[in-house]
Amino acid sequence: MAAPTDRRPVVVVDDVHVEYKIFATGKRPTAADSGRRMMQRRRTTRTVHALKGVSFTAYENDSIGVIGTNGSGKSTLMRAITGLTPVSQGAIYAASRPSLLGVGAALIKDLSGERNVILGGLALGMSLEEIESRYDDIVDFSGIRDYIDLPMRAYSSGMTARLKFAIATAQKHEILIVDEALAVGDQKFRNRSEERIREIRDNAGTVFLVSHSMRSIKDTCNRVVWIEKGVLMGDGPTDEVIAAYQEAQRH
Amino acid sequence: MTIADEAAHHGLHRVGGRPPLGAYLAEVWRRREFTFLLARYRLEAENGRNRLGMLWVVLKPLLSAGVYGLMFGLLLDTHKDVDDFLAFLVIGVLLFEYFSTCFTTGARSITANAALVQSLSFPRMALPLALVAQRFMQFVPMVAIMMLVAVLMGNYPSVQWLLIVPLALLFTLVNIGLTLMTARLTVHFRDLTQLLPFISRFFFYTSGIFFSVEVRFGDHPTIMRIADLQPIHEFLSLGRAILLDGPQYDITTIYWAYASAWAVLLVVAGILFFWAAEERYGRTD
Repeated sequence: MAAPTDRRPVVVVDDVHVEYKIFATGKRPTAADSGRRMMQRRRTTRTVHALKGVSFTAYENDSIGVIGTNGSGKSTLMRAITGLTPVSQGAIYAASRPSLLGVGAALIKDLSGERNVILGGLALGMSLEEIESRYDDIVDFSGIRDYIDLPMRAYSSGMTARLKFAIATAQKHEILIVDEALAVGDQKFRNRSEERIREIRDNAGTVFLVSHSMRSIKDTCNRVVWIEKGVLMGDGPTDEVIAAYQEAQRH
Repeated sequence: MTIADEAAHHGLHRVGGRPPLGAYLAEVWRRREFTFLLARYRLEAENGRNRLGMLWVVLKPLLSAGVYGLMFGLLLDTHKDVDDFLAFLVIGVLLFEYFSTCFTTGARSITANAALVQSLSFPRMALPLALVAQRFMQFVPMVAIMMLVAVLMGNYPSVQWLLIVPLALLFTLVNIGLTLMTARLTVHFRDLTQLLPFISRFFFYTSGIFFSVEVRFGDHPTIMRIADLQPIHEFLSLGRAILLDGPQYDITTIYWAYASAWAVLLVVAGILFFWAAEERYGRTD
């Protein structure tokens, strides 16, 4: 546990459990199965216990790396913090509504980059005037001014990712959650996006960074939360927790 | 001090959960620019890659009116005893098309946007509302086509034609209410999307689109009573009464009362029903 401080807490995660009920779509057929089984396959539900009692407190100006192997519950925890996934037990308290860095789902591939900047900004909750005043910043940061009038489907995946990142970070975020977004673009853009994440943190914001890249986390985070199979395994200074995580990975 | 007290002491609020209805609707209103532009841009994107572009918005309903006109007017001979059958049919088909596209495509407005719902926080009601707004934008040129056909069949424009505006608004409220209901129901039962086209088709064949309920069932008081209360039939009858002359299209003003009652009932029920499950829409199961 992180040592108690006199800094202001901004996110309190209190004994959070998340469970999903999902229709199991069946195991692979065995030799004994015949065609008629298709019609009478039983629809069994399975309960997936994605988080099992996670607790921690994030303070302002914290920049917290979230690590764990695939399927450990990192993304579920982040979605629970934004309120997008309801918790089945426990509670999460926040100073303002945390937002997930990502706007991709709101954009329309068949429309130009320009219209997508407007649509993405509105989807994030900005007003038309705010978007108008930040339009040039967004386009310059994405570095695709020459192609901004082309439909997004014509963009390369790197250009699309840069535009999405530029739109998503144009808004002032008090609590921002970044899920693997820094792995996009070329080295130059990666450096610029890490720079922007640090800016957000320095402007009295709190940043969560979910990543498998220990280098990204060491570069941007002062604290790390380690989750494995829905259980909190470690919470503390970046170097210590990463060392423990890498030690566990070797076995 | 419990954790909840300490959180409250530092001014933290609990994340998630459903806001009270008033605050929710205020937020829906605050995000109206998003709703409106989402509708406009989606409409453009739907047609952007066609050579004829937005012209399809007008061409598609005209083609379907043409096909139905051929089928029912000439082959099945349902135009007997109906004055200005072409205008009768066009008004029926175009009004019904507005209802049925909302009803069937609106049902998927949450499930088809799962990625959007799981990554951004905005009142989910914006999605079905954007869908209805998009269909409304497609419907507006249809009104002009209805009027054009009415004039071609020898009906004279009058001040009364302005009543088409309140009619369209009431009809939009009906569509909003139904879309909100089917959007939520589809989240619980995906199977509904398989069933809805049949429900829509049932209304198509029973609401008097290509035949006149009054002519066919005029001597069955029970059937006429049901037809009086059936909202789609009411809206079609009102549309025809506004645009077409002739004693056949005279209508009792009680239809306006029925139609308004349906609109208010459905939109209020739809809003309450949709809002009650707000926190459910983001779940992945």
